[in-house]
Amino acid sequence: MTWVNAIVQGILLGGLYALFACGLSLMFGVMRVINLAHGDFAVLAAYLALAIITGLHVPVLWSALVVAPLFGVVGYLVQRFIIQRSLDVSPLTTLLVTFGLSIVIQNGLLEGLSANSQSLPSGSLASASFQVNNQLSIGYESVIVFAVAVVVLVCLQVFLSRARLGREVRAAADDQEAATIVGVNVRHVYGVTAAIAFATVALAGVAFGMYSSFNPAAGPQRLIFAFEAVVIGGVGSLWGTLAGGIILGLAQVLGSQVDASFGVLAGHLVFLMVLALRPSGLIPARLS
Amino acid sequence: MIGANGAGKSTLLRTIAGLHRPVAGTIQLDGRDITHLPAHRRVAAGIVMVPEGRRLFPSLSLEENLKLGSTRSRSGAWNLDRVYQLFPWMAERRRGPTVHLSGGEQQAVAIGRGLMANPRILLLDELSLGLAPAVVQRLYDMLPALLATGMSFLLVEQDVTQALRVSDWAHCLLEGKITLSGRPRDLAPAKVEAAYFGLSKHSVGGGG
Repeated sequence: MTWVNAIVQGILLGGLYALFACGLSLMFGVMRVINLAHGDFAVLAAYLALAIITGLHVPVLWSALVVAPLFGVVGYLVQRFIIQRSLDVSPLTTLLVTFGLSIVIQNGLLEGLSANSQSLPSGSLASASFQVNNQLSIGYESVIVFAVAVVVLVCLQVFLSRARLGREVRAAADDQEAATIVGVNVRHVYGVTAAIAFATVALAGVAFGMYSSFNPAAGPQRLIFAFEAVVIGGVGSLWGTLAGGIILGLAQVLGSQVDASFGVLAGHLVFLMVLALRPSGLIPARLS
Repeated sequence: MIGANGAGKSTLLRTIAGLHRPVAGTIQLDGRDITHLPAHRRVAAGIVMVPEGRRLFPSLSLEENLKLGSTRSRSGAWNLDRVYQLFPWMAERRRGPTVHLSGGEQQAVAIGRGLMANPRILLLDELSLGLAPAVVQRLYDMLPALLATGMSFLLVEQDVTQALRVSDWAHCLLEGKITLSGRPRDLAPAKVEAAYFGLSKHSVGGGG
């Protein structure tokens, strides 16, 4: 029964990884930007949520409702005023610029808020769980996070395939210049893409903060999980990202069943295996 | 706009469409200076380009490609129904991708996408490139009917005969400069040839 429990926990953890990774996948798929500060923005979102929770005495879920839209705005501005400018220079410059952002965020947090580990108080939610039987219980918290991840991915999918703006996003991802000449304001579309990516990374950051403690330097090691989920699933495919996240989550939780210290390594090994055997990922699809 | 490879025809068209900034000079539309108007807003002003190589969006369906053409559409007669009237075969395949279409069909979709914006001036870049002669003929036969709807064309073409046949006015471009202009019927083939290849009277007479 511990194995069944591990599988359930692994799948639920995978939802969090997918939520965390979809923004990375989206930004890469649409504008070929690899946001190296992705993990740091998640940590920043967690700190912001903590400030809202302690300052306004609201539950953690309410703080997410404030942090996500706020990060959407931040994402649009960061894209238009920082990333776009480096994108105009060369695609490689964006790597340097987002790497720089990562360092600025880490050091800013360290300077302002100290290196102490923090965690988001999720109150009664942390311990509440469904009792399936006397061996298997599933925490509300992880179910909520998984549900949010699936809802976000479904909404994103519907937006991209049905909405007019979503169509423009796909067109800009296909061929930026051709999109421009049919009248698409590609910079605005890129801004919207970044806004979505940042809103999702904010949700993921808050969820991470509920699961485990965070400190100013936690971003880069989380970024690796997002990279792995994206690569396992297939770059540019949202369902692939969900699959990749779940596989990574399963590998980690099952790995730590074998040996407590083997979990993260098991995730890396699965990632390397996919990279060696199916470099284009399990579901190599376009954003459609 | 005719001229040899590398004469600057496509660059001119892309500059008019707003993809390149001119180094000097201005671009005007009806006396309005649009030199600094971004490319996507030139579409709303009525300048629409059908680019070289079609440049359809592979992850979009045929109909989505067409719909994208109306992103900044001016008001006018062109819409999905009208494009499907012009190309009846498209209606049946509208949900499918465009990558499986033949070159001529893709070019038709690219033209349809351009028409969806209700352009005043449609910039057509190398319409015949990579297409079978019969297909090129069919596309060109369609142009006079489109002209009759009140829009203008600026056609860039290496196929001189075809271009001169459908045009009211022709320019020959050589190394970025116009070497000959006039009504096609007034242009003697020898003069066109000289302008096209850069053989001036002087150089012909001078033997070099």
